[in-house]
Amino acid sequence: MTTPLRSSPVRPALGAAGGLRLAAGLGSGLAVLAVSVAVAITIGPADIGVGDAWSVVASRLGWATTDLTPIREGIVWNLRLPRTLLAAVCGAGLAVCGAVMQSLLRNPLADPFVLGVSSGASTGAVAVIVLGAGGGVLSVSGGAFVGALGSFALVLLLSHTLGGTTDRVVLSGVAAMQLFSALTSFVVTTAADAETTRGVLFWLLGSLSGAGWTEVGLCTAVLALALVVCLAHARTLDAFAFGQDAAAALGVSVARTRLVLLCVTALLTAALVSSAGAIGFVGLVLPHAARTLVGPGHARLLPVTALAGAVFLVWADTLARTVLDPQEVPVGVVTSLVGVPAFVLVLYRTRRVR
Amino acid sequence: MKSRTTRRDDGARPSRPGPAAAAQAPDGASHAGRPTLVADRVSRAFDGRLILDGVSLAPRPGSVTGLLGPNGSGKSTLLRLLSGVLAPASGVVTLDGRPLGDWGRRAVARRVAVVEQHADTLVELTVLDVVRLGRIPHRRAWASAGDADEDAVRTALERTGLTDRADRFWHTLSGGERQRVQIARALAQEPRELLLDEPTNHLDVQHQLELLNLIAELPVTSVVALHDLNLAAMYCDQVVVLRQGRVVAAGPPGDTLTESLIADVYGVRAEVTRPGPDDRPHIRFLGTVAVN
Repeated sequence: MTTPLRSSPVRPALGAAGGLRLAAGLGSGLAVLAVSVAVAITIGPADIGVGDAWSVVASRLGWATTDLTPIREGIVWNLRLPRTLLAAVCGAGLAVCGAVMQSLLRNPLADPFVLGVSSGASTGAVAVIVLGAGGGVLSVSGGAFVGALGSFALVLLLSHTLGGTTDRVVLSGVAAMQLFSALTSFVVTTAADAETTRGVLFWLLGSLSGAGWTEVGLCTAVLALALVVCLAHARTLDAFAFGQDAAAALGVSVARTRLVLLCVTALLTAALVSSAGAIGFVGLVLPHAARTLVGPGHARLLPVTALAGAVFLVWADTLARTVLDPQEVPVGVVTSLVGVPAFVLVLYRTRRVR
Repeated sequence: MKSRTTRRDDGARPSRPGPAAAAQAPDGASHAGRPTLVADRVSRAFDGRLILDGVSLAPRPGSVTGLLGPNGSGKSTLLRLLSGVLAPASGVVTLDGRPLGDWGRRAVARRVAVVEQHADTLVELTVLDVVRLGRIPHRRAWASAGDADEDAVRTALERTGLTDRADRFWHTLSGGERQRVQIARALAQEPRELLLDEPTNHLDVQHQLELLNLIAELPVTSVVALHDLNLAAMYCDQVVVLRQGRVVAAGPPGDTLTESLIADVYGVRAEVTRPGPDDRPHIRFLGTVAVN
């Protein structure tokens, strides 16, 4: 028996008062995110202030004119703004996927990539970059997207054949991950030259340097859809705390819920990975951090996780592109450097719970 | 001594109504209303092995029915069929005369609550969090908890004596406390039928008695899978004895738990006495049945 892990164990119901508190919390979270985005835009080799950034946005929306030079305007509008926004969207999406997977699969170590999505995406991307698959029609992102969905389909098929229980889903995901990583390594080592390998490596580790407005729009749309679906299932996810049978006895259609949520998270992960590469550890660690803040109830956990993930990745990417300026570190490296200690902490906590 | 405890032939069992008939149409039903949750000749197989073979059950409303039988006799599977988590391969489980499959999962969960054998979670939940899970079948997707939800949770905590422990964390609780929390969660569902799978496993004697006392006092129809024959004799109004997926005896414990039945089903020599005034049998085990 262990002592409670939190000093203030009383959590209010999500009733009227709780709802107000949640709204206030989310409001301040959004404010933190907005400030983070605004400040992150100003950080970099070109000296740009918050006011400058705002004037560019206002002029693009047709509200005012800007007196910035076209180059500086381009830096804000074409480089820093889409990149920072994509960081926020990716962080939010990966973290939400992680929270949903961990509850659904009852595995504290599940993350968005446990379904084999990221390794499938890598194989797809590498096939385009190195082998020229798709004959020029398919972009790297397109190849990654196809690879991600193909790998997920394989995982679903495998887990269904193996019995369809949650542990089978996790095991099938691990198998797919290994398979597609091996395929990726095989293609890279046999067919790529040194320069291409560097490009592939950068992509594999995750990078937001290719961010444009197309990626921002696509990922935001998918994130919005996924958030709505997951929030609609918030209480259903709570019911999985004691396992599938317990959830079924609480009136949950287990098979249908699992299929819907797996598909939505896989789709979201595929969209994010194809835009920004496989950024690790956000989906694994941020949900655990959010749980220590607001507890395990998903009606609160999911929005808080999304906001925490967004803020985290905005700052991680800012660090990634400035710390070795003018060189850029893949953002996945930064998140992992921060994530590994946090991962150890997660393991340590699960050890105490048992 | 030995002659009494050796295995009897099937035909030598004392005459009493056939087990299936007793379980299917309890004649006491008219006294306390019609049975609501009824299993009618349900069967279920796993991997080609028949786990349940034409079992019927019709517990009297408000009563406690004990499911007895050795390991693997089909008790847990029968409970899973009764809760609708598992569908029977043949036969039907009805609630108020309608097959469970026609009710929809949420509607069933508002009527029938389940307490599992060993529920556990890695999620850091408080007692209150766990009990609130019982309100899930009553709440709509986007609605927040209403007064009815909070009332049901409060009543469930009071009934199980957990009000002052509502803020404790699940993983700090003892086995007995965890079972009580699960029962509180089940009560928060406001069920009229309660299914419990060996709820006294791993509990010390005091907690076993407390738990069964609590179950016996609840104003619901309970079906409890039990290992301990004496506990069943003390607390159950009816017992149903399963062996290899079939009902071999059913009825009040005083009539059902006989020395010959115990030898027959469990392969154990026993002495059955009736020390109390209420005809509740007491079973003393003497050893295993000699194989000859």
